[in-house]
Amino acid sequence: MDIRGRNNVSVTGLADGPVVVLAHGFGCDQNMWRLVVPALAKQYRVVLFDYVGSGGSDLSAWSQERYSSLQGYAQDVVEVCDELQLEEAVFVGHSVSAIVGVLAARMAPTRIGALVMVAPSPRYIDDAGYRGGFSAQDIEELLDSLESNYLGWSSTMAPVIMGNPERPELGQELTNSFCATDPDIAQVFARTTFLSDSREDLKSVAVPTLVLECSQDVIAPREVGAYVHAAIPSSRLVTLEATGHCPQLSAPEATSEAILDFLASWR
Amino acid sequence: MCRTGDGPEPTEIADAAGTNAAFIALLEDSAEELYESAPCGYLSTLMDGTIAKINATLLNWLGLRREAVVGKARFADLLTVGGKLYHETHFAPLLRIQGELRGIALELKSADGRRLPVLVSSVVKYGGEDEPLLIRTTVFDAADRRAYEQELLRRRQEAERARAEAEQARGEADRARRQAEVERERLADALAVLQQSLVPSSLPVVPGLEAAVHYHTASPDRLGGDFYDLFPLGGGRWAFFLGDVCGKGPRAAALTSLTRYTLRAAALHSPEPAAVLTTLNTVLYEKHAAGGDPRFCTVIFGTIEPGTDHDRTTVRLASGGHPPSLVLRADGHADYLTTPGGLLVGVLPTAPFSTAETTLGAGDTLLLYTDGLTEARTGATRESLFGDDALRAFAADHAPSSASGVITALTGLLESFGDGLDDDTALLALGVPATHPTAHPATNQPR
Repeated sequence: MDIRGRNNVSVTGLADGPVVVLAHGFGCDQNMWRLVVPALAKQYRVVLFDYVGSGGSDLSAWSQERYSSLQGYAQDVVEVCDELQLEEAVFVGHSVSAIVGVLAARMAPTRIGALVMVAPSPRYIDDAGYRGGFSAQDIEELLDSLESNYLGWSSTMAPVIMGNPERPELGQELTNSFCATDPDIAQVFARTTFLSDSREDLKSVAVPTLVLECSQDVIAPREVGAYVHAAIPSSRLVTLEATGHCPQLSAPEATSEAILDFLASWR
Repeated sequence: MCRTGDGPEPTEIADAAGTNAAFIALLEDSAEELYESAPCGYLSTLMDGTIAKINATLLNWLGLRREAVVGKARFADLLTVGGKLYHETHFAPLLRIQGELRGIALELKSADGRRLPVLVSSVVKYGGEDEPLLIRTTVFDAADRRAYEQELLRRRQEAERARAEAEQARGEADRARRQAEVERERLADALAVLQQSLVPSSLPVVPGLEAAVHYHTASPDRLGGDFYDLFPLGGGRWAFFLGDVCGKGPRAAALTSLTRYTLRAAALHSPEPAAVLTTLNTVLYEKHAAGGDPRFCTVIFGTIEPGTDHDRTTVRLASGGHPPSLVLRADGHADYLTTPGGLLVGVLPTAPFSTAETTLGAGDTLLLYTDGLTEARTGATRESLFGDDALRAFAADHAPSSASGVITALTGLLESFGDGLDDDTALLALGVPATHPTAHPATNQPR
């Protein structure tokens, strides 16, 4: 199978520089990183990709069984790393991808040398002695919102976009196409993301880790950031003055600066 | 038309008054008034979502006071929790990436807890250096549209559920069909084994005699009501029989089995044909007719005794209600061999049977058959029966014939009947070879 095509892999930046892999979370695709890529690309070789089922990936490779667990997404990461023969790459994962990075680093320890967890949460639903910020009912409401908003996705247009990676203008003609996802696939990704509990997995992290949280984040509140930091002994916690769940878009300079600082100190 | 006065035309006066009224109305509806009381909600926020400006219409929908909102709440705070999640994962990033967003379905939460379905469009206002400054948002009431969408969604879910149910039903039907096939195969295997007990799997080799058979079952389960056998009695003598039990299927098969083994046992005890049939009659009568459930059969039983120097073979036989056997002579004649008396076997407590005798010379062949052959329906309308005369004529046409020769010819005849052959049919031929009388292997075995 052609992994590069399947995961819509693109590589940019310093050709022989150390490698940074940027992984999008639930919602949109690799376009999430477009504001921080220029700063990172000056010193690093930057690898971008879409998980199977998202963005410009090959939808025919998607299966409900595989992508109903975070292991399936981690398998995508490992396969992309294998395909590019990466060694000790820095994996930057946003939101649920931060957890996917933890799983991938465990599956392929030589491939991933450090983790940057952007707005991570190991569990979104409240539990005894743990506050994730949401109830199961809230997650059902999100699924309703997904049902109501196709964001320009249409079953007839998808093949046109997917089949022409060299002609991105086809995709851009569709409003909102960056976040356009087959609603059935989005439902599975949403359930997998928001119903997961990865608190135990955090203990397995053995590589240098940066936990990057926002000062105001509904999805990953600060106490969750503190929880992640405490659970990973080798981690550093940086709080960005940013509102929302996507600092790479709302505060791109501060985000890339924090990542570059961490990479400089680790290298 | 010519002008007759200085004053304006009456129509011009009316036009001016109309324009005036429109102008006055426009003055009344200032931009500010339009913003505040527009039939949609207006909202401006800082880039972090903090509400900077909001119109009266939206405040009214939400049941909130301006002081409680401006500078204090974020746009996402107005949403349901699910809407907040959607806002953070889709709405906000998309707005940052493409600068505008149209027609997103969300739900607002009003002060009294009601949910207001709305359609939201937002656009980012950029500064002179392309830096994003604020977000302008319009909010349309979408209660009716959402109800309509919910209805469509419900219909789609119903259709999907129906499809899933149909698929499940199809899957169950497939499983049942596969199960039935397995059962049918198992039954077929069992029937094949049972079938072996009704007719011999192969005929023995009889010195100085050629034997051939053909066996056709009309029922799909291959359990025929016809039966035959050929077996040694010792001392160079052989016995044979061919018959037809009443009925078809498993019940007939059970009767066939009883008949066959009774005949074999009786023949070994005392091979006199009339005595053998008397024994069979007693057994069948005692087992069935005496109990009020008469079951009977027709059968010809016979013995073969080779001549001292292989020139004449003596055949002695008795019939119980069975069609007479045919002898195809070496000289080209074909005649029925009548067997006197002979009622159906198993109907009456005592039945008279008598033994007839003939001899077979070199080239003579004895043919036994069941009524499936003579009662096969022929003709274009399948209304007339093949009959005894036609059979004798057919046999005469083929005489002289070896045992295998006559069976082959009759098999071809049966095939020519097509669906006119609707009963079980058994054929057994015993012939003395025309020259060099030696042991021939039996041919044309049943399959």
